[in-house]
Amino acid sequence: MTTLAGETTTRAQIGVSRPRRDAREKLRGQAQFVGDMLVPRMLHGRVLRSPIAHGRIVSIDTSAAEAMPGVVCVLTGADLQDIDPYYGHAIKDRPIIAIDKVRFHGEPVAAVAAETPAAAAAAVDAIVVEYEELPAIADVGQATAPGAPLVTDREAKPGLFHGLGELEPRDRNVCYRYRLDKGEVEAVFAHADIVVEGEYEFPAVYQYAMETHTVIAQVEGDEISLWANCQHPFLVRAEIADLFRVPVANVRIQVPYLGGGFGSKSYTKMEPLTVALARKAGRPVKIQNRVGESMVTTRRHNMRCRMRTAATADGRLLAREVTALFDTGAYADNGPRVVATAGDAAPGPYRWEAYRVDVSCVYTNLAPAGSYRAFGATHMQWIGESQVDEVARRAGVDRVEIRRRNLLTPGEEVRMDGKPLDADLVGDVEKVAEAVGWEEPKPPLVGRGVSVGVLAAGAHPVSSAVCRLEADGRVVVLVGTTEMGQGSRTALAQIAAEELGIDSERVTVRGADTRFTPFDRSTGASRSTTVAGLAVQRAAADIREQLERIAGTSDIDPDDYLALMRKHFGFAGGELIGRGEVAPVGSGSYAEGPVFWEVCVGAAEVEVDPDTGFVRVRRTATVADVGRAINPQLIERQDEGATLQGIGNALFEEMVYKEGMLLNDTLLDYRVPSFTDVPESMTCLIVENEDGPGPYGAKGCGEGALAAVPGAIVNALADAGVPMNELPLTPERVWRRIQELKKEGKWQQ
Amino acid sequence: MRLELKVNGRDVVREVKPQELLLDFLRESLGLTGAKRSCDVQVCGACTVLVDGLAVSSCCFLAAHANGREVTTIEGLAERKEFAQLEEAFTRHAALQCGFCTPGMLLTVSSLLESGELGSEEQIKESLDGNLCRCTGYRGIVDAVADLAGIA
Repeated sequence: MTTLAGETTTRAQIGVSRPRRDAREKLRGQAQFVGDMLVPRMLHGRVLRSPIAHGRIVSIDTSAAEAMPGVVCVLTGADLQDIDPYYGHAIKDRPIIAIDKVRFHGEPVAAVAAETPAAAAAAVDAIVVEYEELPAIADVGQATAPGAPLVTDREAKPGLFHGLGELEPRDRNVCYRYRLDKGEVEAVFAHADIVVEGEYEFPAVYQYAMETHTVIAQVEGDEISLWANCQHPFLVRAEIADLFRVPVANVRIQVPYLGGGFGSKSYTKMEPLTVALARKAGRPVKIQNRVGESMVTTRRHNMRCRMRTAATADGRLLAREVTALFDTGAYADNGPRVVATAGDAAPGPYRWEAYRVDVSCVYTNLAPAGSYRAFGATHMQWIGESQVDEVARRAGVDRVEIRRRNLLTPGEEVRMDGKPLDADLVGDVEKVAEAVGWEEPKPPLVGRGVSVGVLAAGAHPVSSAVCRLEADGRVVVLVGTTEMGQGSRTALAQIAAEELGIDSERVTVRGADTRFTPFDRSTGASRSTTVAGLAVQRAAADIREQLERIAGTSDIDPDDYLALMRKHFGFAGGELIGRGEVAPVGSGSYAEGPVFWEVCVGAAEVEVDPDTGFVRVRRTATVADVGRAINPQLIERQDEGATLQGIGNALFEEMVYKEGMLLNDTLLDYRVPSFTDVPESMTCLIVENEDGPGPYGAKGCGEGALAAVPGAIVNALADAGVPMNELPLTPERVWRRIQELKKEGKWQQ
Repeated sequence: MRLELKVNGRDVVREVKPQELLLDFLRESLGLTGAKRSCDVQVCGACTVLVDGLAVSSCCFLAAHANGREVTTIEGLAERKEFAQLEEAFTRHAALQCGFCTPGMLLTVSSLLESGELGSEEQIKESLDGNLCRCTGYRGIVDAVADLAGIA
């Protein structure tokens, strides 16, 4: 790790790599995940899923299953007639369980609650469903063809949290469209010396949080309790309350540690089905997905894109035009936000005279797609950056130099009416290029590439926190942030400790319990340190102010806290409660945002074997442009994890479908990066300019590297002689491309 | 069927079904939830436990096959004196994030350290390739294990 600190203020608890607060529990196997929890009288749920991609349900016979030993009940769509059973935070398009129709391979059709997992599994096998199969819309091309059948014919109702202004009505299978238009695009292209254009494909990818979606639900009268591994407990709470017609405060969600999230556990997933099953069973029920089930619960959008870039003969970037179709599957999930974020990332942070972006979110009969770390930016950045490299080649300009000339500088407009650029991108790209040996001589079959972008981060900036200073001098932080591995409990403890002038070991941060923890919008979009962190900082500062009032002076020492509390309460009990809130400046709308632009800058050096098409990543470098590092070691680990996911997304991760059916639904056939994929050199550069909106000038990180690394690898491979416009860069695809290049006389190694 | 074995140094006698997996036996019958279920196909290593000192995927290992043998889970490993070094190295290098793969990882590492097979960083990577971690990018784990194995 290299930390490139600017002039940062020295602080006792900030900028210090304190050990993870959860290390001991996790290393000893004591950390509790939802799957480890038992609730008295709990049943085990198991889901029967559709074996076809599209069809009408003719009949469901549950009688044999219901008669089996240990079975308490079987849930089907017929059990939901007393409620409006459709949900979706963006668009209310999804039934809790299939009603009349199945729209994707793996859609829940029935669910069993039984005394044991084995009894539930056996009962699922005894349910008889008759389908009338319908033609499946297997890709965005079919979905947008004239006269294509509709995946859904329901009226598009906005969900509780779509957050994207007025939703336009659905246009056949297009459920959302995001457009940007600046300048005279046609005129600029007509007069440009250099025009680079191409068509590109990005595959569906599985997040693979190692812990699958797991929920325990209990319904008692109009009180609903959940133990769920969700990233956004407060948004799930609202959707559950809305679906089951109970007050928001009657829904209690407790979130223990998450075994990874990466977006796969954002928004509402298995919670409504589990609640519906528990409601019918009259007892608590646990549903724990298998990996194959989580793969059809959510995934990254596959996408088809057409892009062109115009430049002058000497490499000044002029204009860009982008159209893309995102395959959101049978239900929108977070597709609209993914598409908007992709649209924002599509031009790239350059000084354009004109651009036009038109990105559509398209229904098909695949399983729904939603959030995955650095969504939108990961889809777009490798494409735009490969075109910048091609412009540089044609203009005869070094590929770092072309970025130096064209990148936006701090304060310049990224997107009309949005937040201006808040980072030094030129400095960042120079640093990563140097870290992979940009100027060093290159051996044959080795290439190097850089990749630059920004990602709209922070989501809606609403968070609150409570700090409790207890009578033993310890502090408990109540905050809705989910600890899913990123280290939020450690970082937030450091922030509270810094404000109170105590050691962070004396601060405890627990998981969300919506009955007691104050509202936090979500854990995602790299927002927790920045937004929830600010709420924690304010809550801790509130306690400090109360102590100063009790003392009658601001000149107090942490060693005085207990005496001051004793003075205030008159005995050894009592507690001081500090409150912190973050609300948006302005409307907080997506159009006015983002909270900050997350920097996505990386570089890679690769080597290609022309006989096999195998690409080996030799070196990577990424930038964590974090404003102020709260805990540098945790940042470094975040970026290394994102780098490995970037290598997987670029080189081999791909969900393979045939006529809507997922073919590789196990880890045997879907490969994720392992130890032997770690590059020989993996550098994480931490840049601190104290220019973020969070505590001490911090801003979020952890996603940018994933958006940057595929672009850096694609550009490095092109530099080695193999330009590609389809991911992942499997040996077969690369080898075939090399054969084409040989035929065309363009293979120069 | 009747199963007699040692788990974490203690004698255990239980009735099990012939098809019961060791992972389910440990988690459900004994309440030892440190071993995690993830891939179910012996790829990810989250369910790793030691049987007679060798790392096995308990998701693909019948409880019946552990009859008469000695099983060690993370709960047992954590009681051993030498665990302090593993804990210190993994904490110092922040070689964990979500913690879901961590128990299995530590059991594999402990068996490899015992066998003395870890002579280089390359060997560490190859030997640990059966344990996936989706969070860390592996760098911290490699560094922690290199320290433990005495590799400069």
